[in-house]
Amino acid sequence: MIKDVETQPETRNKRSGMQDYLAAGARAIPPSGIRRFFDLVSASKDSSIISLGVGEPDFVTPWKYRDAAVYSLEKGKTQYTSNAGMPELREAIAEYLHGRFDVRYDPASEVLVTVGGSEAIDLAIRALIEPGDELLIPEPCYISYNPITTLGGGVPVGIETFAKDQFKLTAESLRAAITPRSKLLILCYPSNPTGAIMTYEDLLPIAKIVEENDLIVVSDEIYAELTYGSNHVSFASLPGMKDRTIVVSGFSKAFAMTGWRMGYACGHPDLIGAMLKIHQYTVMCAPIMGQVAALEALRNGMDEMYKMIESYNQRRRLVVQGFREIGLPCHEPQGAFYAFPCIEGTGLTSEEFASRLLTEAKVAAVPGHVFGKGGEGFIRCSYATSVAQLTEALERIGGFLNKLR
Amino acid sequence: MNELKAKILDLLKEDARLSPATIATMLGAEEAEVSSAIDEMERDHVIVKYAAVVNWSKVDDEKVTALIEVECSPERGRGFESIAERIYLYPEVKSVYLMSGAYDLCVEIDGKNLKEVASFVSNKLSTIESVISTKTFFILKKYKQDGIIFEEFEDDHRLPISP
Repeated sequence: MIKDVETQPETRNKRSGMQDYLAAGARAIPPSGIRRFFDLVSASKDSSIISLGVGEPDFVTPWKYRDAAVYSLEKGKTQYTSNAGMPELREAIAEYLHGRFDVRYDPASEVLVTVGGSEAIDLAIRALIEPGDELLIPEPCYISYNPITTLGGGVPVGIETFAKDQFKLTAESLRAAITPRSKLLILCYPSNPTGAIMTYEDLLPIAKIVEENDLIVVSDEIYAELTYGSNHVSFASLPGMKDRTIVVSGFSKAFAMTGWRMGYACGHPDLIGAMLKIHQYTVMCAPIMGQVAALEALRNGMDEMYKMIESYNQRRRLVVQGFREIGLPCHEPQGAFYAFPCIEGTGLTSEEFASRLLTEAKVAAVPGHVFGKGGEGFIRCSYATSVAQLTEALERIGGFLNKLR
Repeated sequence: MNELKAKILDLLKEDARLSPATIATMLGAEEAEVSSAIDEMERDHVIVKYAAVVNWSKVDDEKVTALIEVECSPERGRGFESIAERIYLYPEVKSVYLMSGAYDLCVEIDGKNLKEVASFVSNKLSTIESVISTKTFFILKKYKQDGIIFEEFEDDHRLPISP
């Protein structure tokens, strides 16, 4: 005989609103600080605004790669690919990383093609972080590491970096932040938002600490190609670091392919294998047309890439000099496409400065504090916009500063 | 040509109004160095002229441009030089190229209207002694000229603020 089943479990409390349904992690993460500013700019609908707030190239994806994708669509290439990505693309990525940055990966087991570098960051943190684990993050930094860590129950530990050190991570500050719960270190050089880079000599002492403390490094090298004056050094290329490093990168910045969402992660087969499991359950595989375009970019796109880098470099010099001329101290950014001038001298917070700059001078820049510790007192200005616009923007900022004085 | 000059040309080709000071900043060079390189290139006729690229179809609907294939017999000792000169000295002639292949000179000509071009070809070009034949092709629409796409489209689709 079947017993009557109690339909309402006694332990369940009545939820009073939709918020109560949310998981603690989703509730805990704050909305992006950039979002607020985006709404401000969008709401104004003023076409005279010049935006230096854009975190992507001003080049359209070169026609060659677009054409490759269009052709593949015409040929009916619209299926899933292997979970880890098309084998020929993984091979091309491995070959490219070896040729450019002197790191060797087995395309079959150590390379994973993802939906943008963003997914790769998410996978790496999710695959490695357990509740209570601490993740060390040099700041100011890209805005996604913190919330992803929080979502997984991890504890983000920001390490402030300073303009006087050119926003590099120093061995002392890293050492000071380490506790027995430290597990992962995020490195994002060249840096968004500061444009800082880390040379081989800068990275060596960091590698030593990583080794001593048995850490894993997630090295976000999405801006690797955009360095000016010296070649990027991949953290995985340092002695003994390959197995301790997950290199995250992608096609968005160097190949001007942001909207395609094409990224990848490389690392030890055990780590990549775990990330692949999550990847196959959540997204199956990266979109095939993006993979086709990315393959074309690696095979035939290096010349176009070098041209774009040269153009960023020219604009970088223009902007840095421009800021210094109008009286905003600006450390020399040696990578990415951002300048990070200091606005402390105006007596305004970066939020106030950016808001007033927007309404009074019609220039949008991102207030530094949204990028974490050490960002207050600075604004992030992308120079991935035309020379004419940059010149005009600098003039407007100069005028705004004069008004403040 | 040295690297600096090549880079200066790349920049001026895109925007001839960039000042030597701006170019110097962009290339990480001294302004004096840039100025003298530009002077030198002007003197050597590497930089021939600073001219605007005009989309004439927006100015004058009637105006026509034609490409004319000219077959002609070269002169002993001077080849095509003197005939080319006789053609390019006409102000309505925009460009003249010596070509390999089925014909000899490619002549680009501007006219106020179709009739004017037709009259130039029949009265001036065809009557030159060494010209054997001409074929005239009218340009119906210019999509791209000197690396510049004429069609207007919004090419910055980016969100105003992104991480």
